[in-house]
Amino acid sequence: MTTPALTSTVDLAARFPGVVSPDARPGFSGFIVEKESLIEVATAIRDEMGFDLLTAVTGVDYLPENKMEVVYCAYKTIGGPGLIFKVQVPRVDPVEVPSLIHLWPGVDLQEREAWDLMGIKFTGHPDLRRILMWEGFEGHPLRKDWKEGFYEEDTKPFKSRWPDGQFYMAEDKNPFKDNLTFPQNFDPEKWIPEGDALLYGALARYTVKNESGLSTDRIVINMGPHHPSTHGVFRAVMTLDGETIVGLKPVLGYLHRNHDKIGERNTYLLNMPFTDRLDYFNSMTNNFGYAITVEKLMKIPVAERAEYIRIIVSEMTRIQNHLIFIGTLLNDLGAMYTPSLYAFEERELILDIFEAISGARMMCNYFRFGGVVRDIPDDVMQKIKGLVHERLPAKTDEMERFLSENEVLVSRMKGVKMIDAEDAIRYSITGPVLRAAGVPYDIRRADPYGIYDRFDFDVAVRHNGDLMDNYLIRIDEIRQSLRILAQAIKQIPDGPINSQKPVYQVRVPAGEAYGRIESPKGELAFYVVSNGKPNPWRYHVRPASFVNLTALEKISVGNKIADFVAVLAMFDIVMGECDR
Amino acid sequence: MYGRGILKGLSVTWKRFWDTYLDDISWLLRGKKRYYSEEGIKHRASKDQRGIFTVQYPEERLILPEEARYLPFLVYDEKEDGSKEQRCTSCGICAKVCPPQCIWIVRSNDPQTGRPIPEPTEFFIDADICMNCGFCAEYCPFDAIIMDHDFEIASYSRNVYNMEKLLKPASYYQKIRPENYKRNEEERKAKEAAKAAKAAATAAQASGTEASPTS
Repeated sequence: MTTPALTSTVDLAARFPGVVSPDARPGFSGFIVEKESLIEVATAIRDEMGFDLLTAVTGVDYLPENKMEVVYCAYKTIGGPGLIFKVQVPRVDPVEVPSLIHLWPGVDLQEREAWDLMGIKFTGHPDLRRILMWEGFEGHPLRKDWKEGFYEEDTKPFKSRWPDGQFYMAEDKNPFKDNLTFPQNFDPEKWIPEGDALLYGALARYTVKNESGLSTDRIVINMGPHHPSTHGVFRAVMTLDGETIVGLKPVLGYLHRNHDKIGERNTYLLNMPFTDRLDYFNSMTNNFGYAITVEKLMKIPVAERAEYIRIIVSEMTRIQNHLIFIGTLLNDLGAMYTPSLYAFEERELILDIFEAISGARMMCNYFRFGGVVRDIPDDVMQKIKGLVHERLPAKTDEMERFLSENEVLVSRMKGVKMIDAEDAIRYSITGPVLRAAGVPYDIRRADPYGIYDRFDFDVAVRHNGDLMDNYLIRIDEIRQSLRILAQAIKQIPDGPINSQKPVYQVRVPAGEAYGRIESPKGELAFYVVSNGKPNPWRYHVRPASFVNLTALEKISVGNKIADFVAVLAMFDIVMGECDR
Repeated sequence: MYGRGILKGLSVTWKRFWDTYLDDISWLLRGKKRYYSEEGIKHRASKDQRGIFTVQYPEERLILPEEARYLPFLVYDEKEDGSKEQRCTSCGICAKVCPPQCIWIVRSNDPQTGRPIPEPTEFFIDADICMNCGFCAEYCPFDAIIMDHDFEIASYSRNVYNMEKLLKPASYYQKIRPENYKRNEEERKAKEAAKAAKAAATAAQASGTEASPTS
């Protein structure tokens, strides 16, 4: 197994003596930076050392040591291992850390998330509002001393289930049916969300004079949360000047279920089916990301045949995701139903295969630490071969014939700017959107995981960065995935499918791991901290759609509102992953 | 020429339309049923399908693969005298490995000794909370809990299943998952054979040691 090194050999401590020290805890890596010199060190990391892509920012609550930690993961877009640096602050409110938003604008939503869920105040952040929880919510739910509604025990399995598991419904136990806490003097009838006033206040610039001296009114529009083109419950608050967008703020969190906290309550294995529900189109790649992260922590190899099976299922996932993307994009652009149903045909065939090997079409729960749960039987392998060699290549060509030259589509997408390469990197965009902007950055090649280094494929890249390129790159990627699949099917060896014994309680040594994969939507990463107990101490998901949305404001301002629908479709967001 | 791409795209749609009828006709000429037959449904879910691919649920149903999983059920063996023997020993592994913690087990105790006996008094599964992950079936050491194929469980109230509702015979398990059942039975037989062989060996050894001093 090729495990990419967690950190590179950059010696930050020698460059900044006194303010940077290596993280010496066993199982941990990276550097601890003093809070006061964070900006100085981060600037050097970006400008001198070339770590231009800051992928993840998150917090960890070390309650027993009474401190909070902010973890940053930076990578180079030219490829190679990353650099993890951390800031530790005492756990006394207000917990304050300087914001890096001026160095990497891409941290915007992630810093807001860390403030919302962990209560870490990023000084210098211009718009530090709650993002996933509702305005007026009390407390920070990812802190270790926070208890949720229907709290039963800190960790699963709960003692009430066995051996004396008399069933009761959680809501029957509580006289108030739930145990939410509200701020003092809270009256829902009279309450005006403070954040909303701020949100609209930031956008409203009522009357303006245009060049010819005519006074015009600007209007604020809420697009969503229930809008067919926002792919779920996503709201964009926009200020419009005529049809042109002059201000935009994304509002998320309608589907928030505190996935990270659920993950910290679960044991390591129990998290696997929960990751299915993040990006519900791509449960196989979600499983993959989580499995390699925990395998990194456990330091176990993966069975050879399982490595190939993993590649096969995740490339098939990529194909079906991109097919859905094309279908829903056309749906958003007004070509109702026909293209999406054509795209769904092939997806059905792929999902049939997933159902035959994993038992479920979408919530696959197929990966286990050290391998996969079930082998691919011969008849299913024949089906896969038929799809990869006959059906899917023909289908991709047909999709091209059907859509790529369509004049209406071309005039709608060609030349409408998405984002350029420099901004895409600054905004931490990953995945097809970054590659369509001309940056050939694909984790499968730049920082290989699994056995991707054994296959011959090209990193799809397009250079115009307009909507048309964002559409075409998906077709390119389907073709590359088919190349990988053809090789994997040919080379797959016989053998066991798991290197470990099937146990339901795995032993995970203390330490941290940041595991990242190239999911169809971009970088999907898991940051897991173990303290040697059966449950992870910290379990963080870095979803691609959520971080990519940071650039939505930057891209949309100046565009027409009709193009906003297409821009949002290009991000290919899934709210299950965004809101977690 | 403007409009060429649109025409090209329309030709794809047009081809689909004709493909459906051509398919129908070719099946008709071969004297086979394309609709309402297992063969036809299988064909429509295969790579060779060209025209329409829809299946007319509920009159027609897709053929579920063996591994398909929905809700768990408990297996009992039917004895020759007609009595039921539960496979579950209430060891609690399924309850411990259940991610949403929807399995509740009451273990039986022997009324005289107070010791636990290997049979549950009650077994609840909150089907509304169950996330159909299949861990319980995967980690059950006795093949006592199996994932069902029945997915039509819509109801007007909450679905909390008790033992009465959960228990199904081993013949049902064999019907929905023939391959798995076969594998399980072989494993059980092998285990029993190994056990019997071991018992025979220890018995032989015991008789051997008994016999040796006298000789």
